[in-house]
Amino acid sequence: MDFLTLVQILDSTLRLATPLLLACLAGLFSERSGIFDIGLEGKMLIAAFASAAFAFVSGSVWIGLLAGIVASMLLSVVHGLASITFRGNQLISGVAINFLAAGLTVVIAQSWFAQGGRTPSLSGDARFAGWELPFAIGPSDAAAAGRPLSELIAQAGPVQQVWSELISGHSILVYVALVAVPATWWVLYRTRFGLRLRAVGENPEAVDTAGISVIGLRYAAVVICGVLCGLAGAYLATALQAGFVKDMTAGRGYIALAALIFSKWRPWYALGACLLFGLLQAVALRYQGVRLGEITIPVQVMESLPYVLTVIILAGFVGRAIPPKAGGAPYVKER
Amino acid sequence: MERMPRWADVLLVPLISVTIAFAISAGVIWAIGQDPVEAVKLMVSGAFGSTYGWGYTLYYATNFMFTGLAFAVAFHARLFNIGAEGQATVGGLGVALVCLSLPWPHWTVALPVAMLGGALFGALWALIPAYLQAKRGSHIVITTIMFNFIAAALLNYMLVNVLKPAGEMEPASASFPEGAHLPTLHQILAPFGIEFSSAAPVNITLFLALFACVAVWVLMWRTRLGYEIRALGHSESAAVYAGISPVKIVVVAMLISGGLSGLMAINNVMGEAERLVLNSVEGAGFIGIAVALMGRNHPFGVALAAILFGFLYQGGAEIALWMSIPRELVVVIQALVILFTGALDNMVRMPIESAFMAARRRRKRREATQARQPSPGE
Repeated sequence: MDFLTLVQILDSTLRLATPLLLACLAGLFSERSGIFDIGLEGKMLIAAFASAAFAFVSGSVWIGLLAGIVASMLLSVVHGLASITFRGNQLISGVAINFLAAGLTVVIAQSWFAQGGRTPSLSGDARFAGWELPFAIGPSDAAAAGRPLSELIAQAGPVQQVWSELISGHSILVYVALVAVPATWWVLYRTRFGLRLRAVGENPEAVDTAGISVIGLRYAAVVICGVLCGLAGAYLATALQAGFVKDMTAGRGYIALAALIFSKWRPWYALGACLLFGLLQAVALRYQGVRLGEITIPVQVMESLPYVLTVIILAGFVGRAIPPKAGGAPYVKER
Repeated sequence: MERMPRWADVLLVPLISVTIAFAISAGVIWAIGQDPVEAVKLMVSGAFGSTYGWGYTLYYATNFMFTGLAFAVAFHARLFNIGAEGQATVGGLGVALVCLSLPWPHWTVALPVAMLGGALFGALWALIPAYLQAKRGSHIVITTIMFNFIAAALLNYMLVNVLKPAGEMEPASASFPEGAHLPTLHQILAPFGIEFSSAAPVNITLFLALFACVAVWVLMWRTRLGYEIRALGHSESAAVYAGISPVKIVVVAMLISGGLSGLMAINNVMGEAERLVLNSVEGAGFIGIAVALMGRNHPFGVALAAILFGFLYQGGAEIALWMSIPRELVVVIQALVILFTGALDNMVRMPIESAFMAARRRRKRREATQARQPSPGE
């Protein structure tokens, strides 16, 4: 494997890790406030559809992004109603949301666009373009030189390769996801809101006694979760791919959930976990089976590795993952 | 604490929840510019209008009975087994391995062994999450979700690398031998002179599923083990005080649950496809959640709800064929049923409960005032 191949794999890792990271941080906010959310998948999916549909109709990817966030937030509010207001089972609510999104997206897409449950392909301003950083070799340089971009990058030096291929040229949402990691850390550990949010996930009675609204905090967390899932879904449909196709999240919501546990509900570790799972996806995508000496590791093993790793972590053999204490339990105010 | 009458709890609340779910589904049909009344008519005639329709409805219902029971048994121990999909997938692998291993002389010989294979593989797939939950406290919801994905990868690997006959392109196993063919309802009813569609996949597994419903009822309400499972689900501390081992009950309940999921493969793998294909479970494991929630985790309710969902599946296929409503509408209905009967249960329950309370208070007050007034005779 030469250096450029490595850079390309890492580049693809970053692209594939971005939706995982956004969804993982979304789950982090929700679960740190005590609301389990296995509906990340559904919220991403409906956001992917809404963003692609509205981006296509309006011709502007920003309107699409907004629509994706709104759609994802609506499902978040449903989850909030079920698990906060009506004190229902949060897991059942999450399952319902995943199915609701899986069904509704196809039904609406089919009646709206009549293309077999997908949206038309997006192009131009209806899609997030790559962001070319200064000094990087990008499509504009390739056009000016009249040669393919891959050729130009192959001839460049290693530093330029890393800069142009790995760091530059992603859509803005990739950078937003990376910035969201320190931002999440700052909100959770350096603001009053974050302190209360963490407290409400561990001991809601204490928060309530201090005169702070448990319900308000939890709704805030669930809505933030909706916004981040909206970003993740919009990234899938308008940046990573050009348009919505049926079931396009393909289990990413669950991988994000796995990453959340893997990272033990902490933002910086979430970045690490998502990059690791992104790398696994990137390698599985590039090679049909990886050779290690004499043994070939089948691609299916690569695909299932995130799930296996999560089970091992959950089992507590490699560092124990302890969820927020009040997670999953509805809060009943004492009378 | 005063409660509302039992019939309201068991019948009224679920009925209202399901009605709301169906009303919203009708709204979705209307919103995409189709006629809900027309759609319902088409679904009913498609699912119940012919023996062919009945055959598919009951075939789907058979699948859902197994997965519904699987969810219900675990739920009684307060375990949220979301892994019926994976357990049924691996159960299918067990059934296929049994069917392909020997040139079976007759289905009566093949069926018990295949059942054993399916149940064993399904139970084994539930064993690791169960053990981790019982011994290490790993949340069973997450582990079973992960095991669903691992099962899909395992099936993919087995089909592509092991079970696919040489020279074939499609990732599927070879067809099962003739002796492993299960009698269809058409073949069962023909000797009695009853005409039943020969094209429908419903087969003898239907009776197995109905038997499983009875067996689960006996297990849960007439045996010591069932009592222990339910006791653990109601209160772990009380169960421990009564000498029940939570570790044992969690593992056993999950093994039964996984075994029931695995048995589903008798219907779809051995009964219908007669070979193992990718994604043979087709989401039936998840529908089991809706079926069990709607059936209030009681085998009788599960059987009824399974038939309702069988109707939705077959009817949904019919409207997808004749109207421009995609099949995924059924997924929407399923989601709404789960949402309203499961997660938003309190939204329906609380107003009804308070209505009953108010009525009871009124009656008491009336009785009290009547008691204070001396009757005319005195």
